[in-house]
Amino acid sequence: MREQETVITEELAAEHGLSAQEYRRIPEILGRKPTLTELGIFSAMWSEHCSYKSSRRWLRTLPSEAPHVIQGPGENAGVVDIGDGLAAVFKIESHNHPSFIEPKQGAATGVGGIMRDVFTMGARPIANLNALRFGDPDHPRTRHLVSGVVSGIGGYGNCVGVPTVAGEVNFHPAYNGNILVNAMTVGLARTDRIFRSAAHGPGNPVIYVGARTGRDGIHGATMASAEFSEEAEARRPTVQVGDPFVEKLLLEACLELMAEDAIIAIQDMGAAGLTSSSVEMAGKGGLGMALDLDAVPVREEAMTAYELMLSESQERMLMVIRPEAERTAREIFRRWELDFAVIGALTTTGRLTVSRNGRVEADIPIDPMVDQAPEYDRPWTATPMPGPLDVDAPPPSSTRQALETLIASPDLASRRWIWEQYDWMVMNDTLGEPGGDAAVVRVRDTARALALTVDCTPRYCAAHPETGGAQAVAEAWRNITATGARPLAITNNLNFGNPERPEIMGQLVGCIAGMRRAAGELGFPVVSGNVSLYNETDGEAILPTPVIGGVGLLDDISRRAALRIASAGEALVLVGETTGWLGQSLYLREVIGREDGAPPPVDLASERANGDLVRALIADGLVTACHDLSDGGLVVAVAEMLIASDGIGAELGNGTGLPLHSFLFGEDQGRYLLATPGPGEVLVRARSARVSAAVIGRTTDDGLLTPDSDSPIPVDVLRSLHEAWLPRYMQGG
Amino acid sequence: MRSVIILFPGTNRSRDMTMAIRQVSPHAPRLVRHHETDLPPTDLIVLPGGFAYGDYLRAGAMAARAPVMRAVVEQARRGVMVLGVCNGFQVLTEVGLLPGALMRNAGLAFTCRTVALDVATTSSPFTAGYGAVRTITLPVANNDGNFHADEATLDRLEGEDLVALRYADPTLANGSVRRIAGILNPERTVLGLMPHPENAIDRETGGEDGLVLFRSLAGLFR
Repeated sequence: MREQETVITEELAAEHGLSAQEYRRIPEILGRKPTLTELGIFSAMWSEHCSYKSSRRWLRTLPSEAPHVIQGPGENAGVVDIGDGLAAVFKIESHNHPSFIEPKQGAATGVGGIMRDVFTMGARPIANLNALRFGDPDHPRTRHLVSGVVSGIGGYGNCVGVPTVAGEVNFHPAYNGNILVNAMTVGLARTDRIFRSAAHGPGNPVIYVGARTGRDGIHGATMASAEFSEEAEARRPTVQVGDPFVEKLLLEACLELMAEDAIIAIQDMGAAGLTSSSVEMAGKGGLGMALDLDAVPVREEAMTAYELMLSESQERMLMVIRPEAERTAREIFRRWELDFAVIGALTTTGRLTVSRNGRVEADIPIDPMVDQAPEYDRPWTATPMPGPLDVDAPPPSSTRQALETLIASPDLASRRWIWEQYDWMVMNDTLGEPGGDAAVVRVRDTARALALTVDCTPRYCAAHPETGGAQAVAEAWRNITATGARPLAITNNLNFGNPERPEIMGQLVGCIAGMRRAAGELGFPVVSGNVSLYNETDGEAILPTPVIGGVGLLDDISRRAALRIASAGEALVLVGETTGWLGQSLYLREVIGREDGAPPPVDLASERANGDLVRALIADGLVTACHDLSDGGLVVAVAEMLIASDGIGAELGNGTGLPLHSFLFGEDQGRYLLATPGPGEVLVRARSARVSAAVIGRTTDDGLLTPDSDSPIPVDVLRSLHEAWLPRYMQGG
Repeated sequence: MRSVIILFPGTNRSRDMTMAIRQVSPHAPRLVRHHETDLPPTDLIVLPGGFAYGDYLRAGAMAARAPVMRAVVEQARRGVMVLGVCNGFQVLTEVGLLPGALMRNAGLAFTCRTVALDVATTSSPFTAGYGAVRTITLPVANNDGNFHADEATLDRLEGEDLVALRYADPTLANGSVRRIAGILNPERTVLGLMPHPENAIDRETGGEDGLVLFRSLAGLFR
């Protein structure tokens, strides 16, 4: 590309995803027409992906503070204090668009990118999680996408040696044309050694480390900011290719350098590569930066300034270091066989100056570019609250038939086929197999552990976004509580359709309102996050999917609970109120074949009271097993606990006046099922906490007996149905 | 027990291995990097798991040609104990200290799960501690754990009692011939195995069956 000859027009700007109005601001800022490189830089910085132009005004309303929050949104990852001078560093990020086009590389580089965000802050990654949404299992593409995404996630995390400990997967036709791949990483750092991106010290060298730059991923940020159409396939070249081996070297080299007093600022080259990292570092420090692109390590010939600034080649970092530390730093990277190059310096000009082959290809005042980035108050319409179910949900032909259907349904079937492809045990700190309410990962050399989860129920969000947004936060809080841990903070990944459509924008606004309410009332602040919009194809949007990644702290790993029931003869205590809510339930969808009604209401006061009680009961050793109730309701929770146990059954009664199927399959929120040898004390404690609790059954050594039958359902039958669906599906059966 | 853990670029279970050895020995293992040409005096050399050199070309192939491996082979020939786990087992076969090869798993996917294993021989310094316990549980986590060798080699391994561990369930063996999960050299001083004993060292995580192996070794050097 001969840049100097390219004529910059509004049409060319439109091809870069800039509206005519947005484009017109550029000559105003520069005082002249932009060069092609400048147009590329502006378009990347002003893309939805980098600028959050549709969501920013709403994101600001989320609570992000608490005494334990060390770093809220705005850095590479959020940071919370976990005691003993240690911090948990975490963030979730989407790689939806690339994963649909090229599932293996798209998902792999999503994992790579989020791990870099975490180790950029000075943390060693200790756990990966992921939240995945695929289309209808019967859609011809779904199997291929599941297979590619899972092997991409595993291939990357396994090689780097960070355990993948938890996740969630949904299938729904709304994702046929846009799958979601949200990856979360959690790391540990010392509270006094957190690294940030704001550069300071004019004259200090700007260092490029990691892999070399190629032409891959150019315009990834712009791609992630547009709807898909039939031409999506043609965008394959904009998908980056990952190399987990280089990531592992980069991780070790960066952590080694971070132990020295060398780094002033560091930023990974993620979306929009060198452009966003340089603007971020210089802009936050109130400085300028002069880059000599001739010094950038490359793996392709004759790359132009435009290409070098927009490449999204993976496994690269930009740093500003103390000049006297340059030798030490260079030596560390040499030893790890990684490229290390001084590619520029900080200046006092406040401008980003980029030269190539002796010519200045871009010269942009940073503050005006950042401050005058577009921000929209897009029109929105609220989704009205659906009425109660039009017609009452009919009972099933038998509880057994309904339970067997549910437990083997795509959204509830065992994910073992997936997590066995992830190394979930490397590092020796994962307590138990994946598949519980939250993963519990030990904090080395302490008695503590982190409880980690990802959660969202998109069908609730679609029915009523505000309720769904609150529910996602509440369920993450509940997942963590069910292990006995104290919920600390969340990261969120807001996946929506085209925000230029008022009803989609209304979903975003509604979900954020619900999240704000729940995060505030549960004391569960949002410390990092990511927004992915334009998840639609040919006008068909995904379900609104605001995924919550939650982190909690367990003070003493010996005081925790899991699904596995130890013995027969214990009482099963249901904590929380049951009204038999079947609107938007999985029972309604999978057994009756309807998706209607209002989602279950989220009462945050009782959510909090119920959770605080359960956590205290676990800490006091009164609970031998615990599971939070969610998709499928009470009887599915019981079945999941029995499947996780060995030779244990249960006998359930219905002490309520509710129809049996409402009692068993209703999805009322804020509920937990506990196994306890001492129900008397549990009930007394519940009464004094003003929490609704009742003994609803007991554990046995013989199958699952429900009130409408004389013969128990063998647990082995449930287990094999539960385990069989996904492997059979993936084999094409 | 003095021990050395070899670090290749891409090794990722050295921390796990260090944890395991520290539980049985007061001496912290020394970490020795791939480009070194000498090893400190040691009783045990460990080649830990991971993806040395990204497993590019073939798992273990490039690591086997790293400078440090010349010293490892030399020490092994002198009778120093060598333990190769997972990627380390792959390196041992590539460098010729053990026969056979580890191919892509039969299911063509990375596999991470706990499996039951038969202790096929207790007459080795690695497995002596299992005594009468014939079935143990250890995790596996690999992409290339499918052990193969020609029939004559397999017959020799069995004839000389050099098979250390077998998968109890042939459907969980990733395709390995004769259910082989770990083998010894004829001198019984080198063990290569796909399962991870270093990930089974406490009850809270993968159980304690792996600890027995490390205790057996440490007991020799008290």
